[in-house]
Amino acid sequence: MAVPLNHYLAVATLLFGIGLCGALVRRNSLTVFMSIELMLNAANLTFLAFARYPLRGPPAVNGQAVAFFVMAVAAAEAAVGLAIIIAVFRVRGSVNIDDLRSLRN
Amino acid sequence: MESLLFWTFAVITLAGGVGVVVARNPVNGAMSLVGSFFALAGLFLLLDAQLIAVLQILVYAGAIMVLFLFVIMLLNLGPRDLGPPRFGVGKVVGVLAVGATVASLLKVVLHVGRTPSPPIGAGFGTVASVGRLIYQQYTLPFEVVSLLLLTAIVAAVVVAKGRI
Repeated sequence: MAVPLNHYLAVATLLFGIGLCGALVRRNSLTVFMSIELMLNAANLTFLAFARYPLRGPPAVNGQAVAFFVMAVAAAEAAVGLAIIIAVFRVRGSVNIDDLRSLRN
Repeated sequence: MESLLFWTFAVITLAGGVGVVVARNPVNGAMSLVGSFFALAGLFLLLDAQLIAVLQILVYAGAIMVLFLFVIMLLNLGPRDLGPPRFGVGKVVGVLAVGATVASLLKVVLHVGRTPSPPIGAGFGTVASVGRLIYQQYTLPFEVVSLLLLTAIVAAVVVAKGRI
């Protein structure tokens, strides 16, 4: 018995919600960054679910190609983001995003 | 069988995600994120996306998480840097807002309806079929992504190095 589409979508929604919670609530920039990775993976799960169980038409591999591109972009984002975290830590000595408010005034 | 695997992987994925958010120490968070990614690769396999599942383990659980762990250990944060846990009104409001958003999304998602499981061709999700698509139909995006990765590598070195 195959698992229906909406189960996968529900898991992706919950995973996105968990990631969003982490990105909003946590103050450690590394944790915020990992939460963003969770949200990207939730989006990937949605792409793959719709590729396998499309609402109309036959299943197509195009969704998997898009997931591949999302992964590549996530890798680039992780590299740049972690470099920024290191640079900020070197200047401020902190990874707490509440300490980064020099643009506020 | 398939639904048993699905529920197992789904529970591990979500539990790993919760572990990332609640972990005080980023190292614990990163480890539970790795677990979450492995279970997510299992979900991808259930969706007949073999190539993406392997890439999920190689690229995400392998490369990206090693990068994360390198940075976490490079920064070497102690309990003093992490600070005491703080609970403010903003956090409660944030969690409530996310909960409301997720609830309304779930209401839509669960009404998508049970689409029948359509039959798939023999090569669905293999390296051959996805690779053919990427190199034929998506050639330009593929090249743009490679440029993006090159830019990201150069940018990461420039930003993190400080003085060149």
